[in-house]
Amino acid sequence: MSFQRNTLRHFDTLSVACFESLAEGEQLTLNLAAEEQMYVRFNNSGVRQSTDVKQARLSLRFQSVGRRIVYTFDSTGEDRQDAATALSLLTRARDEVKHLPEDPFLIPPENQGHSQLHHAGRLPQLEALLGQVTKHTASADFTGLYAGGPQLRAIRNSEGLRHVFSTESFFLDYSLFTVNGSGENKAVKGLYAGTEWEVAGFEQSVRDSLKQLDLLKRDSRELSPGHYRVFFAPAAVEALLSLFSWGGVGYGAWKKGDSALKHLIEGERQLSPLFSLEENFNAGLTPRFNSQGEIAPERLSVIEHGVVRNLLISSRTAREYGVSGNGAESGEGLRSPEMATGELDDAAILASLGTGIYISNLHYLNWSDLVNARITGMTRYACFWVENGEIVSPIRDLRFDESLYRVFGSELESITKTASVLMETDTYSQRALGGSTVPGMLVREFRFTL
Amino acid sequence: MPVSLALHPEFTRFDPLVALNWIRGEADWLAIRFVQENTHRRTARNGRPEQNSVGIERGVMIEALVDGHIAYAATSNLSRAGLQQAAHRAALNARSAAHLKLFDSSPEQHPPALGSYRIASEISLDSVGLAEFTDRLIEATRRLKVSDKIVTAMAEATFVETWMSYVSSNGSDVTQHALMTGQHFGAIAQDGSETQHRSLNGPTARCGQGGLEAFDWSGLMSECERVGNEALALLRAENCPDGIMDLILAPDQMLLQIHESIGHPLELDRILGDERNYAGWSFIRPDDFGRLQYGSPLMNVSFDPTRAGEFASYAFDDGGATARREWLIKDGMLLRGLGGLESQARLGLPGVANFRSASWNRAPIDRMGNINLEPGAAGLDAMIGSVQRGIYMEANRSWSIDDYRNKFQFGCEYARLIEDGRLTRVLKNPNYRGVTVPFWHSLAAVGNAETFRVFGTPYCGKGEPNQMIRVGHASPACLFRSVQVFGGEA
Repeated sequence: MSFQRNTLRHFDTLSVACFESLAEGEQLTLNLAAEEQMYVRFNNSGVRQSTDVKQARLSLRFQSVGRRIVYTFDSTGEDRQDAATALSLLTRARDEVKHLPEDPFLIPPENQGHSQLHHAGRLPQLEALLGQVTKHTASADFTGLYAGGPQLRAIRNSEGLRHVFSTESFFLDYSLFTVNGSGENKAVKGLYAGTEWEVAGFEQSVRDSLKQLDLLKRDSRELSPGHYRVFFAPAAVEALLSLFSWGGVGYGAWKKGDSALKHLIEGERQLSPLFSLEENFNAGLTPRFNSQGEIAPERLSVIEHGVVRNLLISSRTAREYGVSGNGAESGEGLRSPEMATGELDDAAILASLGTGIYISNLHYLNWSDLVNARITGMTRYACFWVENGEIVSPIRDLRFDESLYRVFGSELESITKTASVLMETDTYSQRALGGSTVPGMLVREFRFTL
Repeated sequence: MPVSLALHPEFTRFDPLVALNWIRGEADWLAIRFVQENTHRRTARNGRPEQNSVGIERGVMIEALVDGHIAYAATSNLSRAGLQQAAHRAALNARSAAHLKLFDSSPEQHPPALGSYRIASEISLDSVGLAEFTDRLIEATRRLKVSDKIVTAMAEATFVETWMSYVSSNGSDVTQHALMTGQHFGAIAQDGSETQHRSLNGPTARCGQGGLEAFDWSGLMSECERVGNEALALLRAENCPDGIMDLILAPDQMLLQIHESIGHPLELDRILGDERNYAGWSFIRPDDFGRLQYGSPLMNVSFDPTRAGEFASYAFDDGGATARREWLIKDGMLLRGLGGLESQARLGLPGVANFRSASWNRAPIDRMGNINLEPGAAGLDAMIGSVQRGIYMEANRSWSIDDYRNKFQFGCEYARLIEDGRLTRVLKNPNYRGVTVPFWHSLAAVGNAETFRVFGTPYCGKGEPNQMIRVGHASPACLFRSVQVFGGEA
């Protein structure tokens, strides 16, 4: 706890110094994003790079006379030094606002209360981690990334708001590689994540991956482009769902002409009645407060039985278009998505697929026709050709080009009874918070093109 | 008194050579890399200001070599105690992991480097007023909005100031400073159920080193009007036809083609498998260098960190290696990969000075720098004239390629049909797909210097932990024969 405690104390001290410097009519919001992480990168079952990172990013949102300036800087952790930097930036901000046009869509900071939430964890030390990883992955070509340590998000504003969220967690995002009967490299993807590192849990994760790796050792099957019946495992569904956050379900994106789901939102198209999607913060993987300090509802239905119920609306978008906001972050993406489960038993997945392709993971998705929600991407990792409910062989990876209106609409046949919680593994600039709760799904027909 | 775009926040001075003395003795070899990077974002939308922000990243990465293994520790606490703690953590981790090291690291892979790099800019941030610049951005959005059917008009400017110092216990002392700019001017047109995007060269291509001279406002204003009108034209356009056709790619799409199907597969760390768990492996094998005919003999590709003004120019990489121009592909033959001294030692192959990190909090890995396709002899009119039926595409809007960098599919904002050697109708939703080596073998003409343009992107992602880095790509227009092209559909 010492990292969180010290960083929070420093944040509070700095906040008070900044608030005391404000003049009449000036408002200020401070955001903190901090982490103390151990990142260990593995390749060929050895250590490629290990990086310890200790960082605390402070953001100052200064508002006055209907203008806003945002400055972010890396905290040194030293009260006097950071106060000098922050106060010099506030002086500059006062100069800037005099020279900018008024921003009519600004939301003044408000006191939306106080909260503090901490999820304690138990994480391995480097030596123990290395010992367990080498012991349990000795039979495979292991590669991956371990990230573990405390993360802290906090916000205060000059009106009295204060929210704090901290967590101690880890993930080991890994791949096991083999060379199969056709002489091709094949791999299976694994993710072991949580707040308590348990040897037994890690061992089980690797055991499950090794089972799939055995199947990948068979000769590959090359499939011709065309339409196939497919089952998407949860990680593949999560990749497809991530596109809903790329403009799809944001109110602002819709109004600005940048939403792939325009036809759905405007009632011209529908998705399957089997498909429901909500924002659900119950899992506690990410804070409910956003960078404005607003608290999102604990649960918000986004798509219910194939029909849009709510779009994500930030307060700025709400002001611009005269609607009510729902605590969304400015990018209006899903922070804690949960897709509703269905009726398909896990034990019946292969039998229900019958003959088709089992897809464990997808890779590098992008829009090929935004307004028609058409996407392209690749199969990756443990993907198999299945005949009459039996896995026959791994496939050679295929490119697809298909519309979300078919995948989550007309072609969606069934959804599994159980869902997986997939912790966020993004580490650009800092380790991300959050995760998705997703089941697997069976799709009658899916179009492969290359 | 007018306020300029320049920002001078108060920071305590940091001297990396003094700091190196604080931590000597912690490890067999040590290095300190200090980075400060100020990223300014000024944007306007639909005649109003949208974003005014500056992000300042400032901290150090300590590299500690113990028992033949390097570990890294990053901190933004630049005090003596902060650096000593970070150095201690790095040394401890190196010692703990040395028995599992992937390869033997040595100071020879980090030779002493001395020197500096500073780019020249004609117009500095100090010499342009904030109010004046903001007015220009807002005016640009008005120029983009040529009709009520333009629902979004965006003008975005980014300025990045970087200062990097690198010192090591075996004598390196490098400083590098650059000012860079990026710009995006785009329009979204909507009419009924149809929506189309059009921008100046795509959303991220217009970036480079230098100052505010990149904002030639009189030219930009008329270009914004053109973009707005082309967005309207796309609303009325037919879909790009499906079929196997000749394809001419403008430089603002060639940048993406080069990036995804040449740059990434040639990275030596991918070939070594370091990226297998994230960005992917490569179809290139170590023995392909000097043997693989990558594409048509018209294909000449360089790694060129010396090109003035290009986005990823520098004098030294983050390991202290001296940056030089090198041929990667000559006359279509694959010659050299993109790997720094560590990867070169691991593979026993030559490489380039491209051991780069995204910021102070990430360890360097093999990255692209400036990867350029050199001009050929063909004029654009002659290339178009040589096509009986084909497509001309501009400005990237979609990108996807497999984890070995073989099967790709890319999309553009804008296209024209080519019929009997002439550009005819405007086409919407143009896409094409192919496989890397056969595609580059279909290269039939390379545009001359008149068609050559210098672009880049700030968003090249790879690495674990993830890193986003700047790269430059310059290219002429190019003609490819018999490519699978297609359009959009419901």
